[in-house]
Amino acid sequence: MDGYIIATVIKAILVLAVISALAGFGTYLERKVLAFMQRRLGPMHVGPYGLLQLVADGIKLFTKEDFIPNNANRLIFMIAPVITAATAFIALAAVPMLPEFELFGITVRPIVSDLNIGILFVLGMMAAGLYGPLLAGVAQHNKWGLLGAARTAVQFLSYEVVTGLSILAPIMIVGSLSLIDFNNYQAGGIGEWLIWKQPLAFILFLIAGFAETNRTPFDLLEHEAEVVSGYATEYSGMRWGMFFIGEYANMITIGFLASLVFFGGFNDWGFIPGGLAILLKVSFFFFLMLWVRASWPHIRPDQLMWLCWKVLMPLAVINVTVTGFVMMF
Amino acid sequence: METFAFYLFSILIIGLFAVTVLSRNVLYAMTSLAAGMVLISGLFFLLGADFLGVVQLIVYVGAVMALYAFAMMFFDATSVIKEKNSSATTVFLLGGLSAVLLVVIFAAPSIGGNLQPLYPSPDGASNPQAVGLVLFTKYLVPFEVAAVMLLVAMIAGIILAGKKMEHRITSSEEENSGEKEMK
Repeated sequence: MDGYIIATVIKAILVLAVISALAGFGTYLERKVLAFMQRRLGPMHVGPYGLLQLVADGIKLFTKEDFIPNNANRLIFMIAPVITAATAFIALAAVPMLPEFELFGITVRPIVSDLNIGILFVLGMMAAGLYGPLLAGVAQHNKWGLLGAARTAVQFLSYEVVTGLSILAPIMIVGSLSLIDFNNYQAGGIGEWLIWKQPLAFILFLIAGFAETNRTPFDLLEHEAEVVSGYATEYSGMRWGMFFIGEYANMITIGFLASLVFFGGFNDWGFIPGGLAILLKVSFFFFLMLWVRASWPHIRPDQLMWLCWKVLMPLAVINVTVTGFVMMF
Repeated sequence: METFAFYLFSILIIGLFAVTVLSRNVLYAMTSLAAGMVLISGLFFLLGADFLGVVQLIVYVGAVMALYAFAMMFFDATSVIKEKNSSATTVFLLGGLSAVLLVVIFAAPSIGGNLQPLYPSPDGASNPQAVGLVLFTKYLVPFEVAAVMLLVAMIAGIILAGKKMEHRITSSEEENSGEKEMK
């Protein structure tokens, strides 16, 4: 029992450290990839190829004044960024990141807590993460912030149903809510991947995932051209940084979910060992999010609602119904 | 360990809901309500009912989010709201009822010692399966009635909201301004 607790604590700290470092590195990657696609150079001045830009940003964020506006609700204003960051990491607790491996004769299972309803827990926790922007926007006594908060509510109510319904069809096929069962179901190589059985569900899930992490076609919450910086208008320093660590951690989580549920998870992929395979898949989804950001303009809130409720949700319901009939007969 | 977690969750939940009731600030009330709802799922996890815990999390996160939207539309969320208690009798009655409820709650463990589960979950069934079995056998009728009620509510909502559905909000404004210019 003691060993279990110690192992869990070590895993939790490792996840926290590695993912927040990756989230920081993600900002550098994002600038570089966007620059490459727009035929610019991106950050070049700090260190070779601008690699130390990350450190410079970190120093800036930590030393910047932590400003709280005058009429803001201080307590809620201070809690809000913590909600976003904390829920993003709690969601990662139920994600199996790598296959089991042996270290010093001990079998290590790279998952902090193997819940048997893992996928629902991850989605629920990520949904709770949207309370961060919502509270931040309401508490800061700023019109742009309030608009950002209203858009958060609209966005949440739009995509939430699509996420749930799109993931329901794969759950019906696998017959389990555990992410490890999803992985084992697709153990038979590339032909067994769920993407071939549920292509529509994958596309719906990916679109809803973009809305969930508020990536570009759906980055209504903080679109600079319309609402200054939305919910983050009054934030500075590390509190602002925490919102973005949370957002990048959520991007990584969505990458893991998409690879585990639809793309074979951490099973061996031809000659590539499983651990490397899943990292490649997650990196691809991370890259896809940057790619989409570089190529698509963002849409209006009413267009998002129209898309989610009138196009995606009926498609998801049809998908679930057809899957049910196919499984029954 | 479990006892500690239970008391931690209980104290936090009761404290947060007390804030919900007692606070005069809409923002504090809504936030503590949401946090309390999320923490209740912790009690489900402690009982081993993982599925119900997650359902609690997902359903109430969404539901309270919708409440927030209304609060934002109707109130200035950062200001303090003046409450007025018009009837002392109501306050007295509600206070008495809560006291009785508290007594029942504290007496429950001693009565509950000889309770038997009417529909024990079958061996080997996982959490969602156990919930599904009970829902679709014993509680089928209430389940269906709830579904029908939700359908009725949805149709009513669509009718209320959709009276002018043939006009788009953005384009109708343009048409109106065009008509004014014509006149």
